[in-house]
Amino acid sequence: MTAELTVERSDRQRRILSRLPWWIAALVLVGIALVWIFPFLWMLSASLKDSMEMFSGGLRLWPDKFVWDNYARAWNDAHFGRYLINTILVTVITVVIVTVRCALAGYVLARYRFRGSKLFLGILVATLFVPTGYTIIPVVKISMQLHLIDSLSGMILALSGGAYVSAILLYYGYFRQIPRELEEAALVDGAGFVRTFFSVMLPLAMPVTATVAVLTFIATWNAFFLPLVFTFSRPDLRTVSVGMQAFVGETATDWSGMAAAGVISIVPVVVLFIFLQRYFVEGISGAVKS
Amino acid sequence: MTSRSVQLSRRQDRRSRSATAAVDRPRHGWQKTTWIWVFLLPTVVLYGLYTIYPIIASYWYSLVEWNGFDSGQKFVGLSNYREVFADPLFWNSFKVTLLFMLLVVPARVLLTLLMAMILNSPKLPLIGVLRSAFFIPVVTTTAIIGVVMRFVLDPASGPVSSVLAKLGFGGVDFLGDQHLALPAAAVLYIWKFFGVTMIYWLAALQTIPYELYEAARIDGAGTWQLFRHITLPMLKPFLIIITVLTIEETFHNFDLMYTLTAGGPYFHTEIIEIYIYRWAFAAPIPQLGHASAAAVVFGLLVAIVGALQLWALYTGRRLRGEQR
Repeated sequence: MTAELTVERSDRQRRILSRLPWWIAALVLVGIALVWIFPFLWMLSASLKDSMEMFSGGLRLWPDKFVWDNYARAWNDAHFGRYLINTILVTVITVVIVTVRCALAGYVLARYRFRGSKLFLGILVATLFVPTGYTIIPVVKISMQLHLIDSLSGMILALSGGAYVSAILLYYGYFRQIPRELEEAALVDGAGFVRTFFSVMLPLAMPVTATVAVLTFIATWNAFFLPLVFTFSRPDLRTVSVGMQAFVGETATDWSGMAAAGVISIVPVVVLFIFLQRYFVEGISGAVKS
Repeated sequence: MTSRSVQLSRRQDRRSRSATAAVDRPRHGWQKTTWIWVFLLPTVVLYGLYTIYPIIASYWYSLVEWNGFDSGQKFVGLSNYREVFADPLFWNSFKVTLLFMLLVVPARVLLTLLMAMILNSPKLPLIGVLRSAFFIPVVTTTAIIGVVMRFVLDPASGPVSSVLAKLGFGGVDFLGDQHLALPAAAVLYIWKFFGVTMIYWLAALQTIPYELYEAARIDGAGTWQLFRHITLPMLKPFLIIITVLTIEETFHNFDLMYTLTAGGPYFHTEIIEIYIYRWAFAAPIPQLGHASAAAVVFGLLVAIVGALQLWALYTGRRLRGEQR
C-alpha cells in the first residue's frame, strides 16, 4: 500500500519535473511578449494620464489619477468621433463590395473555362503586388475626372478597386476543389447559373468569405495613403489613420489626447482580431499554401 | 490561433485530389457566357479603373510635363526620365529602399523562423496567448503606430529614452539621427510585421508530418539532429517563397515611413514611395510627370521582384515535388 503510493507520487513528480523546462521557457516568452506589446500598454496608460504626469512619469504605466477628459478631447476637439464614423462607413462598404466582387470573379474563373479566362487570371497574378505609390497619381486624376475626389464614395470605390487579388485567388482555390457533381445536382434540380451560385456555392464558401471579409476589413481600416490623398481639401472626411497624422501636426504638445485618439482608432481592429483571429491567420497562411 | 488554424497539409491534399475533375467545359450557349461576364463585371470595372488603367496611364504621364492635376499636359518625350536619373535624390531614395530591404528581410525571415519553431512545440504552455501577443502589432493601423512610435522614441521624455537614461545613455534621438533613423525604422518595421512572416513559417512547419519526428526520435536522434536533418530540409522550398514574399512586402512601406520620419532627417529615410509623394503632392508646384517617371521605374523594380516571385513559386513547388 505505502509502496504503491510512493511510486505514484514520484511518477507525478517526474512528470511535473519534465514539464518544468517548458514552463520556464513559457515564462521567458511571456516576458518578451510583454516588451513586445509595450507600445500598446504605454499608449493605453498615456491616454489616461494628465499632461504633467505624462512628461514626468517615465516608465510607470499605472496613472496616479485617471483622466478621462483626454478621450473627450480626442472625440470632440480633435474630431475623432467623426473620423471614427467615416472610417466605419468606408470600411464596412468596402468590405461588402470587395467580398462580393471577389466571390463572383473567383467563382467564375474557377468553374468555367471561357475565352480570355487564362489571360484574366494571368493579369490578376501579374498585378498581385502593385504598390499604391505606383498607381496613386492616375487614381487621383481619374477620380477628379469622375468628380469622385474629395468624397467618401470616391475613396470607397478607389479602395475596393485596388489590389485584393489575393482575395480572388482565395475564392478561386476554394471553388476549384468543389466536386463537379454538386453543380450537376443543382442543375438537375432546375437551378440556373445564378441560383447555383447563390444558393449552393456561396454558402459552401462561408469560411473563405469570413477570411476575405476579415482581411479586407483590417486592410481598409488601416489604409493610409489613399485616404490621405483623398481628403487633402476635405478634413471632415478624414479616416482615423489620416486624422492621427493631422492631429500631431496641429497640436504637437497634446500627448495624452493623441494617445486617447490612438486607442479609439485601434481598439476596434484589435477586438475584431481577438474574436476572428482564426480566419485572419488562415488568410495569411494562404499566401504560402499557394 | 490554435494549431488547428494553420491547417496546411490536410487542405492541400484534398485540393490536389479533386482539382483535375473540377473545371467545367464550355458546352453551354451565349446565356452562360453572358452570366460569366456579368459576374466578372464588378471586378473588370473597379479593378480595371483603379489598378490596370493606372498602371498603363503612368507610362503616358511619365512622358508629359504636367504641373498640377488641374493643368494641361504637354508631351516632352523622355526628358522626365532624364531628370529623374540625373536627380541624386532619386538615387538616394532608390538606395534607401534597397538598404531598408537588406536591413529588414534577413532579420525578419530568420527571427520569425526561430520564433515559429518555438511556438510550434506541442509541449509549450500558453501557446495561443503567446502567438496572439506576437501577432497583434500586425492588425493595428500602421500610420497610427508610426505616430505613436515618434512619442515612444522621443529623446526628451519618451519611455525608451528614460530607460536608456537609467542605464547611463542619455538623449539618443533615434529618428532624428542621420545614421540611426533608418535602422530604427527597420527595427520598428520588423516588429510591426513580424507576425505575418511568423504565420508563414508556422504554416510551413505544419506541413512536416509529426510522425517523422517521432520515428527519428525512436531511432535516437537528438534535438539538433532533428532540426538539421528533418526540419531544415523540409523547410527549404518554403524559404525561397517566404523570402520573396517578404521582399515584396517591404516595398509597401509608405504608411510607416511617412508617419515616422516623413523621409527625414535630410532624406536619409526617403524611400521611393515618399519621393513620388513629395514630387506629386507635397511640392509647391506639383511635378506629376517627374513623379510618374519615378513611379514607372519603381514599378519596374517591383515587377522584377515579382518575376522572381513566380520563379520562386515554380522552383519551390518543384523542390517540394521532388521530396514526395
